[in-house]
Amino acid sequence: MKAIIATTIFGIIMMFASFMVNNKSAVSTIAVCLFAILLGINIWDMVGTPANSPQLFYSGMLRVEHYSLWFNILMSGCTLLYVLLMGKEIQKVGSHVAEYYALIFFILCGVYVLSTYNNLLMLFIGIEILSIPQYILAGSDKRNLKSSEASLKYFLMGAFSTGILLMGITLLYGAARTFNIMDMVSILHSDALNPLALAGIMFIMIALSFKVSAAPMHMWTPDVYDGAPTPFTAYMATIVKAAAFFAFLRLFQVSFNSLSDHWTIILAVITAATLLVGNVTAVFQQSVKRMLAYSSIAQAGFMLFAILAVNAIAWQGIIIYAVAYSVATIGIFSVLVKLKDYTYDGFNGLAQKEPLLAFTASIFLFSLAGIPLTGGFIAKYYVLLAVVQQGHLLWLVIFALLMAAISVYYYFRVIIAMYFKTGSPEMNSPVTMGDKFMLIVTCILVLLLGIFPQLFLNNI
Amino acid sequence: MVLILLILIPLLTGIISFTVKGDGAKALALVSSICTMALSAYVSGSNYTAPITYSHDWIPILGTQFSLVADGMSSMLCLLTGIVVTVVMIVSVNKKVERPGAFCGFLLLSQAGLMGVFLAYDALVFYVFWELALIPVYFLCSMWGGEKRIPVTFKFFIYTFVGSLMMLAGLIYLSMQTQGLSSYSWNDITRAGASLPPEKQQWLFWLIFIAFAIKMPIFPFHTWQPDTYEQSPTPVTIILSALMVKMGLYAILRWLIPVLPAGVAYWSDTVIVLSVIGIVYASCIAMVQTDMKRLIAYSSIAHMGLMAAVAFSGSSVGMHGVMVQMFNHGITITGMWVMVSIIEDRWGTRDMTKLGGMASIAPQMAIALVIISLASIALPLTNGFVGEFMLFNGLFSGTEANHATLMVIAGLGIILGAVYTLNMIQKTAYGNVVKMITTKDLSVNEILGLAIIISLILFLGVYPKPLLDLTSGIAGMIVK
Repeated sequence: MKAIIATTIFGIIMMFASFMVNNKSAVSTIAVCLFAILLGINIWDMVGTPANSPQLFYSGMLRVEHYSLWFNILMSGCTLLYVLLMGKEIQKVGSHVAEYYALIFFILCGVYVLSTYNNLLMLFIGIEILSIPQYILAGSDKRNLKSSEASLKYFLMGAFSTGILLMGITLLYGAARTFNIMDMVSILHSDALNPLALAGIMFIMIALSFKVSAAPMHMWTPDVYDGAPTPFTAYMATIVKAAAFFAFLRLFQVSFNSLSDHWTIILAVITAATLLVGNVTAVFQQSVKRMLAYSSIAQAGFMLFAILAVNAIAWQGIIIYAVAYSVATIGIFSVLVKLKDYTYDGFNGLAQKEPLLAFTASIFLFSLAGIPLTGGFIAKYYVLLAVVQQGHLLWLVIFALLMAAISVYYYFRVIIAMYFKTGSPEMNSPVTMGDKFMLIVTCILVLLLGIFPQLFLNNI
Repeated sequence: MVLILLILIPLLTGIISFTVKGDGAKALALVSSICTMALSAYVSGSNYTAPITYSHDWIPILGTQFSLVADGMSSMLCLLTGIVVTVVMIVSVNKKVERPGAFCGFLLLSQAGLMGVFLAYDALVFYVFWELALIPVYFLCSMWGGEKRIPVTFKFFIYTFVGSLMMLAGLIYLSMQTQGLSSYSWNDITRAGASLPPEKQQWLFWLIFIAFAIKMPIFPFHTWQPDTYEQSPTPVTIILSALMVKMGLYAILRWLIPVLPAGVAYWSDTVIVLSVIGIVYASCIAMVQTDMKRLIAYSSIAHMGLMAAVAFSGSSVGMHGVMVQMFNHGITITGMWVMVSIIEDRWGTRDMTKLGGMASIAPQMAIALVIISLASIALPLTNGFVGEFMLFNGLFSGTEANHATLMVIAGLGIILGAVYTLNMIQKTAYGNVVKMITTKDLSVNEILGLAIIISLILFLGVYPKPLLDLTSGIAGMIVK
């Protein structure tokens, strides 16, 4: 796992860069290069690992499977895409640009730990490494009261949920007498189930639901996503969330698989509530940014399907969903930051003023809504397929499809504003050729995901 | 490879059309649609020997293949698509439209989607095209439609999207039941569906049927239709009513009746009753309409209702009639809409109470209107007659006695159809002369477009054999 070390070192390099280099755009360039190198290191990790034989690292604290490495590569790739799309906006947030990049490197370190942890303590550490930089990023626009509020709220809620997670881990340790998630499998049997273990699983489930903003533990999400500076919202809503899901799936798939009878129904209710709250509340939003916050809750509802399914397709489902959702969301946020007014009316007439922006935004919204030939369709298809194959929760599948239809309503409101209404949206910054190029690349990625999904799944 | 071209030509020219400024787009679209029509005619022609097929790996891990098959029914509908789009392009050559590049582009994209729906032989490919055909139409209605276009088309979109998601759930479930690895090919899906126990087929039926019922539309899922037809620009209304509603009926024949035979048998009476209610209800409402567009919209519900009822009757003659009538109805209603758009262009209104005297000031126009209207009420020697005769014949010869009773009620719809159609002719062609805004009889391109329609109406009315032969084998295959 060279990537974990590399990302930490890169983070430290960025912190030094903050007083060595004064030019903001030079800092950005260094960061982009380092992210590209990091992606290369991840690929190197993958090439060096034989398929089908998991390897243990650091005294068995990390267990590296092929699909974990593939997930790391994809998430690093998404981060690179994110930095390329958002670089200029990150520079505008405040004066500590290098630190922002350093924090993103540290978040990535958390992502790598969460995708490979083999021990509940590593899960805890991973969640913390993932979360603490986010608390800072959420409050990075110091002059903005809403940003400070978001940071404080996120911190308090996050600390609270971490407490619950630790409580769960403790109870589970009491029952299983080990922190190792693989060793647990043989100890946790349904026939002689220790109530302590069950309580522990519930605590962990609730804590992780906090992190992935599943209802009813979602309350912090809209305020934090709305208050945080938009470029960082984009990161929190995508790669961070995907990593939390991957950790969630890893634990419940590997360790608690045999106990699925006990927790499936609770998770199914959480899933239904998440879909309902996310989709229905998103309909009533006036600000596109807040709508995207609720839509991220709704999308989390779909990702929960992968955890419910407890079968092999779920891995592919979560990976393809994570990528499709991240790429499309980063794309739509990078269009959003170009605009001054974040309400629906702010989008009026964008198609006349910036046809390319409007076109790419439509593709991203199609993908989020799950229209065929975009990544979002294949992603939704996969997670639903996983549950249909498992066979017990067909009512939930039908419910989810109805909710997907509702989601069309609020995603298409943006398209209606852009194409069918007249107006002249005020832009935050001029759209350069570089922006256009990156948007087209992102757009092509979304379509590739939808038309040739096997490109993104061949390695697992 | 020919089949791929049928989809690719409109797709690529559609995309190119977006970048063309000015009226060049119209010329491009016209050329493209003529090529597609010629190609679909070739595909239909070669069908008398052996159907053309095409297959290529698409997403192997999902068990889906990009496979297309043009059997009689598919190639007939492709031909219909080719003809209708060509007529639309010919007629709108001299019409002014804002942003012609985008307009023609969306029209061609929807044509590509339709071709895909009619050719798909793999359930997932079918689903993808089913959705793709919808999106360009959504943009067309919302950007070029009437005053209330945005809420109306939004309703239309949400309606059909809900339906297609339900269908997707049904198709995923079916593909899980296939032997060995999950597969979406028509053969596997049909085998899997037919071998399911009847109770499962009964609820699966609704999951899949609702999508098709909304598209056709069958009462009570029809509420999106009159508003959308009224608000859409006429070329789009033609695409919607001549082609997109056929998607629903075609899908029932291909993806429902053979796939879930026990479910269909169980619910067929319900669907027939709904269809007959739709026929009578739509006919009654059509009689009191004064807006020509709404009148034709409701008459279309009645005609589609009859076809849907017969499709579920389980008679092989009737099924053959449904296929033939799909083609005929597409041709006739295209003619109707073209006439409406011409009338609106000349008089500036579609309100029949403000029209009159067409026969004396624009005789060519009146002749065309009368012929097309007579085809719409299925007078002998027009194409409508052949299809409708087979439909009724099929229902009466069906096994179930109560079908005959229902048919008599449905027959009422035919009489009412004659009432409102003739009433329309009377109000527009005869009576007090109302002056036109632009005094002009048919222009050259309109004559050309209508000539295609009318010659097809008369030719297929007198000699329907080519059409009957094309689809003769398929009906037996569906009913077994």
